[in-house]
Amino acid sequence: MSRLEELFRSRKKKALLMPYITGGYPTIHECRHVLDAFVAGGADMIELGVPFSDPLADGPVVQASAQRALDEGVTPDDVLALAGEFSGRLPVVLLVYFNCVYAYGQERFVDAAAQAGVSGLIVPDLPVDEAGEFAGICRARGVDPILLVAPTSTDERISMIAAQASGFIYCVSVAGVTGARTSLSEQLPDFLARVRAKTDVPLAVGFGVSTPDHAAAVAEYADGVIIGSRLISMVAEAGDIDIAVRAVTSFLSLINEVLEP
Amino acid sequence: MSIPARFGPYGGRYVPETVIPALDQLAAAYERMSADPGFNAQLDGLLKDFVGRPTPLYLAERLTEKLGGPRIYLKREDLCHTGAHKINNTVGQLLLAVEMGKKRIIAETGAGQHGVATATAAALFGLPCAIYMGEKDIARQELNVVRMKLLGAEVIPVSSGSRTLKDAMNEAIRDWVTNVGETYYVIGSVAGPAPYPAIVRDFQSVIGREAREQILQQEGRLPNELIACVGGGSNAMGLFAAFMDTGVGMTGVEAAGEGLETGRHGASIERGARGVLHGSLSYILQDAYGQILEAHSISAGLDYPGVGPEHSYLHDEGRVRYDSVTDAEALAAFTLLSETEGIIPALESSHAIAYVVKHTGRFSPGDAIIVNLSGRGDKDVHQAARALGLLE
Repeated sequence: MSRLEELFRSRKKKALLMPYITGGYPTIHECRHVLDAFVAGGADMIELGVPFSDPLADGPVVQASAQRALDEGVTPDDVLALAGEFSGRLPVVLLVYFNCVYAYGQERFVDAAAQAGVSGLIVPDLPVDEAGEFAGICRARGVDPILLVAPTSTDERISMIAAQASGFIYCVSVAGVTGARTSLSEQLPDFLARVRAKTDVPLAVGFGVSTPDHAAAVAEYADGVIIGSRLISMVAEAGDIDIAVRAVTSFLSLINEVLEP
Repeated sequence: MSIPARFGPYGGRYVPETVIPALDQLAAAYERMSADPGFNAQLDGLLKDFVGRPTPLYLAERLTEKLGGPRIYLKREDLCHTGAHKINNTVGQLLLAVEMGKKRIIAETGAGQHGVATATAAALFGLPCAIYMGEKDIARQELNVVRMKLLGAEVIPVSSGSRTLKDAMNEAIRDWVTNVGETYYVIGSVAGPAPYPAIVRDFQSVIGREAREQILQQEGRLPNELIACVGGGSNAMGLFAAFMDTGVGMTGVEAAGEGLETGRHGASIERGARGVLHGSLSYILQDAYGQILEAHSISAGLDYPGVGPEHSYLHDEGRVRYDSVTDAEALAAFTLLSETEGIIPALESSHAIAYVVKHTGRFSPGDAIIVNLSGRGDKDVHQAARALGLLE
């Protein structure tokens, strides 16, 4: 069993808290403080994004954060180094678009990720049909290739994804891009039940999860709660990194309360 | 018949899982409809009576005489309804959308030609339509923005990234991911995830099928060479596809912008590297870390940092030669064709003309070549006037 799967299986909480931040946002140094806040706020895992110029699975908030990081000159190497700084404290998964991996060299990138102590790699534009070579490279280096399922996935595709999945399956809560939403999809329980029927691999839910109520609802059906855009907005709106850190820490603590057993 | 997902190593479907089932449905629907005589009869009827096909293959005698090289035939896609080849594809895809029961149409556009062609076809079938267009392109292609609005389409400005075609396509894909159930996404070039590159090529291949028949009638033989501009590459694939079983030479002309050496160009094949953009593996303009670079061209339709995956394959196979011409060379050709033939070409198509001007010496006077005049230049008149100083 992989390190990530072990983490899900041995949990006491209803679901793991998995906050996301774009690596190097707003700057490398300030991002470090946000990651400290993730730890202080009770996160169980860190999801760190590699900024990409054309993130087509992301809504405006994550897009803007990636652009800001790129404007700061942040590279995949910087994000890998950041992952390395935190992987001793919490498990880290990277979210990275395929062209960044491809340009780096698939093997070289996964080697570097493994070296940095990264536990899993999420590639939002690499569906299971295209993921064969990449998943093989990941497995050979003890890194989980994290696959995504969507509400539009057919049962046949869910089976295909389940057969290849390890670590956890990233369940996209709604057809759409990342971004905070006022309510969760009414179809979410049915969708998660469809996925659950096909696999024992832990399920984490992301896209649109943005309040303690959402987190509580997700925790009824899933093993992990991913929160991204809401946190990035908090950092953006704070304007000052110390204020951002306090806001993120207390927000995550609130979420943590609803995830307690 | 099964639709290819790859051209050699190129192509594929590098998009979020959310839209993969829709791509499967599209591939199945296209496979079914393209074998259906009723569908093809309907498409042929629209191409004839709505688009105005066949378009002429016109011997440009004064240009031929002036350059003193090969006999130059122009495939007059500029005479298509809406002024460019783009409508061949949008009419076909709208028929598919209707067959698939889709209720809403979206598209991206660069120069605005594909946006206009999509808005036109959507109006023809009575479907609501939203067109994504970069803010920079909106500013330089005002006329097409107005045309789209007149046709009942909503034009959605895109302010992210380079504010051009690449970003409009990102935004269209995001819309599609969000509204995939009822929305049909009309991709305008031989790009994007499979099966789009093959579908768009097939709908555009009417250009080459007609040209092949016409040149046999007019010259009594196949041409020596086909020449077309390449942004994403749909007009080129449309012309080339019908000649793949022959030994006819083919040249795709990319935008060298301000010069390849300046880095400000759109020459993905000549200066790019393999990578993934907008759902397929192909040659793209990117930095060492895989960040997509901005393309530059005087022509909005060639201002794209990628190219259709089949072109990358044809390049590697050596089947098609790829070259590039600069903004200045394209502008000179724009003026030349206007003055010698009474045809104002699109700045995109001017790149293909410019290649002939620049490389006349490659051909013998006995040769016959076909240049795809993919669109007319009305939309570019303002831009050209500024560049040529005609509005003092």
